[in-house]
Amino acid sequence: MTDFNFTSRFIANGVIFCALFYPISASARSIRVGLEEKVRSLRAAIEMADPGDSILVEPGTYKEGNLIVQKMITIIGEHLPVIDGEGKYEIFTVAASGVTIQGLKLVNTGRASIHDIAAIKGLDAVGLSILDNQFVDAFFGIHLSNSSDCIIRGNTLTSTVKDTAGVQSGNGIHLWKCNRVTISKNTIEGHRDGIYFEFVTKSRVVENISRRNLRYGLHFMFSHDDDYLYNIFTGNGSGVAVMYTRNVKMTGNRFLDSKGAASYALLLKDIGDSRIEQCRFEGNTVAIYMEGSSRMIIQDNEFRENGWAMKVQASCDGNLLKRNNFVRNTFDISTNGSISLNTITSNYWDKYDGYDLNRDGHGDVPFHPVSLYGMIVEKMPTAVMLWRSFLVFLIDRAEKVVPAVTPANLKDDFPAMKAYDRD
Amino acid sequence: MIRITKHVLYDILRNRFVILYALFLMVITLSLFSLDSDPGKAVLSLMNIILMVVPLVSIIFTTIYFFNSYEFIELLLSQPIDRKVIFFSEYIAASFTLSVAYLLGVGVPIFMLSPDWGSLYLVFAGLLLTWVFVSLAFAASVSTRDKARGIGIALLFWFYFGLIYDGFMLYIIYSFSDYPMEKVTLALVSFNPVDLARIVILLKLDISALMGYTGAFYKSFFGTSLGTVFSASMLVLWIVLPLIYSLRKFLSKDI
Amino acid sequence: MIEIRDVCKRFGNLEVLRMISASFTDGNSYAIVGPNGSGKTTLIKSILGMVLPDKGSIEVSGQVIKGQWAYREQIGYMPQIGRYPDNMRIGHVLDMIRDLRHTRSETDEELVADLGLKALFDKRMHTLSGGTRQKVSAAIAFLFDPKIMILDEPTAGLDPLAAEVLKAKILKEKSRGKIFLITSHMMSDLDELTSEIVYLQEGAVRYAASIPAIKVEAGREKLGQAIAEMMRRDFKRPSP
Repeated sequence: MTDFNFTSRFIANGVIFCALFYPISASARSIRVGLEEKVRSLRAAIEMADPGDSILVEPGTYKEGNLIVQKMITIIGEHLPVIDGEGKYEIFTVAASGVTIQGLKLVNTGRASIHDIAAIKGLDAVGLSILDNQFVDAFFGIHLSNSSDCIIRGNTLTSTVKDTAGVQSGNGIHLWKCNRVTISKNTIEGHRDGIYFEFVTKSRVVENISRRNLRYGLHFMFSHDDDYLYNIFTGNGSGVAVMYTRNVKMTGNRFLDSKGAASYALLLKDIGDSRIEQCRFEGNTVAIYMEGSSRMIIQDNEFRENGWAMKVQASCDGNLLKRNNFVRNTFDISTNGSISLNTITSNYWDKYDGYDLNRDGHGDVPFHPVSLYGMIVEKMPTAVMLWRSFLVFLIDRAEKVVPAVTPANLKDDFPAMKAYDRD
Repeated sequence: MIRITKHVLYDILRNRFVILYALFLMVITLSLFSLDSDPGKAVLSLMNIILMVVPLVSIIFTTIYFFNSYEFIELLLSQPIDRKVIFFSEYIAASFTLSVAYLLGVGVPIFMLSPDWGSLYLVFAGLLLTWVFVSLAFAASVSTRDKARGIGIALLFWFYFGLIYDGFMLYIIYSFSDYPMEKVTLALVSFNPVDLARIVILLKLDISALMGYTGAFYKSFFGTSLGTVFSASMLVLWIVLPLIYSLRKFLSKDI
Repeated sequence: MIEIRDVCKRFGNLEVLRMISASFTDGNSYAIVGPNGSGKTTLIKSILGMVLPDKGSIEVSGQVIKGQWAYREQIGYMPQIGRYPDNMRIGHVLDMIRDLRHTRSETDEELVADLGLKALFDKRMHTLSGGTRQKVSAAIAFLFDPKIMILDEPTAGLDPLAAEVLKAKILKEKSRGKIFLITSHMMSDLDELTSEIVYLQEGAVRYAASIPAIKVEAGREKLGQAIAEMMRRDFKRPSP
C-alpha cells in the first residue's frame, strides 16, 4: 500500500510537471470510441490521446481492465456507456491534472480487503472533475487521495453488496488528504460510508443525498474548515459521524430516520468551533450525540420525533443551544454530567408547560429538558415499555418538584412559547 | 338474544351517567385540541387521559350497573330465558353503551379535528380498553354479592393496572437490568391491558424512534405491524378470558 | 307436576336446604310454610333455577331442570319483593315481558285490568309503592296462563281490595287445574287458597299433608291454630 502510493505519487508528480510545461496543442482532438468506430477500445483511445483531447464514448459495454489516465484528457460518455470492472479491476486510475470523466456508467469493480479498489481513483490529481456518472456495485465509488481542486457533481452511486465476512463494502465517495474539493448533487446509496473524509480541508459538500449506507451517511475526521450545506442523510446504519475537527459549518442539512441502539443521526466527537444551523433532525433514535465538543453553535434547528433530541456528555463545554425547536421527541436532552457548562436559551420545547405573564414570547419559569425517566431508559432500555404510563408521569412530576437526580442547572431560562416558523 | 339486549339497552340508556361521560370526554377532547396548536401533541395528552379515565369509568359504571340490575336479572331469570343469553345481553349492552359514549365523546371530535392513523389507533385502543374493563367489571361483580365489595374490587383492578403493576414492572426491570429482559418485559406487558393499549397507540404515535435504542428484538417486533397485531390480540384475550371466567361464575351463581 | 328429590343447598356455612324431598301434583295447591329462614324462598328459587342446588334433583313435568331454561314457560312467578328496572314504566315492563316470552297464544290480561294497572301504565317503576309493584308482579305471573304458579307472599303489601282480587283469581285458576305453590305468613289466606301444606323447618320438610288432615290431627278449625298446635307438640317431644 505504502509502496504503491509512493510510486504512484512519484509518477503523478511527474505527470503534473510534464503537464505544466508541455505545450497544449491549440487544436484539441476529439476521439470517438465505439463498437462501430475505428477506435473500439477505450484503452487505445487513451493511449492515442494527447493532453487536451476529448474521448467520446459511444453506447456499449467496455471491459478493459484497469485504465490508467496520466494526461489531461476529457472522457465523455454518450448515453451512459457501460464500463465494466468484471469484479476484478479498478476501472479508472487518474494521476494527472485537469482530467474530466463524465456521463459513464461504471459497474462492478473488483473487491479486496487490502487495496481500496475504486471505480474512479484519483492520485495526486489536481482539478479532476467527475460529473454525472453512474456507479453501480463499485467497491469504492470515487476515491481521491492527496488531490485538490476537484469537482464531484451529479453522480449516482449505488451498491447492493452487503458486508460479508470476507469482503467488506467500500465507501461511496472517499477522500483522503484532499483540499478544496466540491462534492455536490450526488446520490450515494448502499455503500459502507456514503461520504468519507479524512484530512480533507476547505471543501464543500452541497446538496447531496446519502441514504441507506451501511455505516455512516457522512463520516469525517481531521477535516477542518469544511462546509456541509443542504444535504440529506437518511436511513443510514449509524447516521453521520464527525470527529476530531474544528471550524466546520453544517447548514440546512436533513438528518432522517437513523434508528438503532448505536445509531446517531449526528455524532459529534471532539468537534470545536463549528456551527450547526437550520438543520432538521427527524425520526432518529438519537438526533445529536455530543462528546468532547466545545464552542459549538447549534441554533435554528428543528428536532422532531426523535428518541433523544440530544445526548450531551459531560465532556462538552461552551456550546450554545439557541432558537431550536424541540417537538415530539421522546426525550429532549440527556446527559451524564451533573453540571452544565453549556448555554441553552430561547429554544422552543413542546413539553414546556410554563406561562408567559409579561407576554414577551418567552416563558417566565425555566424549562428543564432532562427527564428522570429519560435517564432510567438510558440505563435500562427495556423500561421504554413504560413510556407515557401514569407511573412515568408521576416519576417525572415528582422529579420536577424536587430534583434529586437530574441536573438542576441544565435548563433553558428563556424558553420560547411558540415554535419558530421554519417554512 | 337481540330482543333481550334491546331491553337491557333500553334500561341502561336511561342512565344519565352515560350521557355525562360522553359529554365529559367531549369537553376534554375539544379543550385539548383547542389548547394545543399541535394536533399530534393533543392526541398524546388525550391518550394519557383516556388511559386513566376509560378504564375507571368503564369498570365502575359497569360494576354499579351490574349490581343495580340484579332485580332485572332476577326478573329475566324467572322467565324462560337462558342464563347465557342474559349474561351476554348484559355484557353487550354495557359495552355497547360505553362504546357509544366513548365514540361520541372522543371518536367524533377527534376525527373531525385530527383525522389520521394515530387518532384511529387511539380510538381503537380506547374501545378495546372499554371492552376489557367491562369484562373485568363483570368478573368483579360476579365474584361477590356485596355491591360495596364489588366496587372495591373494581377500583382495585383499575388502580392495579393503572399504576401498581407498572411500578412492579419497573422494579423487575431494575432488579434484573444486567440480564436480557426484552422478552420478559414484553411478556410482562401482556399481563396489563392498560400497558397494551398504551403501546398500541404509542407505536403509531411517537415511540418508534426510540424502539431502535432498545435493541434488535423490539425493533423487529414493534417496528413492524407484528407489535400492533400482538398487542391487539392480547387485548382481545383480556376481553375474552375475564368474560369466560365471569360467565362460568354467573352460570353457577345463586341469584 | 314438580318432583323434588333430596335437594341440599348451603350458603357458606349455612345449610339452607337439607335433603328436601317433595312432590307437587297437578290440580293441587300447596302452602309452603315455616319460620323465617326455614328455606321457603330458597326452595322456590331452586325450582325456578335461580338458586342451583348442591345436591339432589328437581323435575318439572318430568324434566330435570338442571341447566335448562325452557321449562320456565310453564311457571308463573310472583316474587316476595318485586323489583324492576327503575327507569321503566309499568306499560313498558309488561310489554317487555310479553316480548321476551314471545308467546303465540293470547295473554291473560285479567289481572292487569282488575288490579287497575292500566291507569298507571305511564308510571315509572321507582315511583311505585310496594303494593303497586306487587300488583305488577301478580299481573306478570298470571300473564301467560302457565300450568304452575309460584307465589311468594302474594298478598303481603296489597291493599285489601287488591288482595281479594288476587285471591279470587288464584281460586279461579286453581279450579282450572293449575298447581299453586304459595308461601305466606297470612295463615287465613292459605286456609282459603290451598289444600295441601308443606311445613319447612331448618331447611327440611317437617310435615307434608293435606290441610283438612292436619286440622283433624291438631283438633283445630283454623290452619294457623292447627300449625301452632303442631309446633307446640313438637317442642314437648324430645328432639331426636
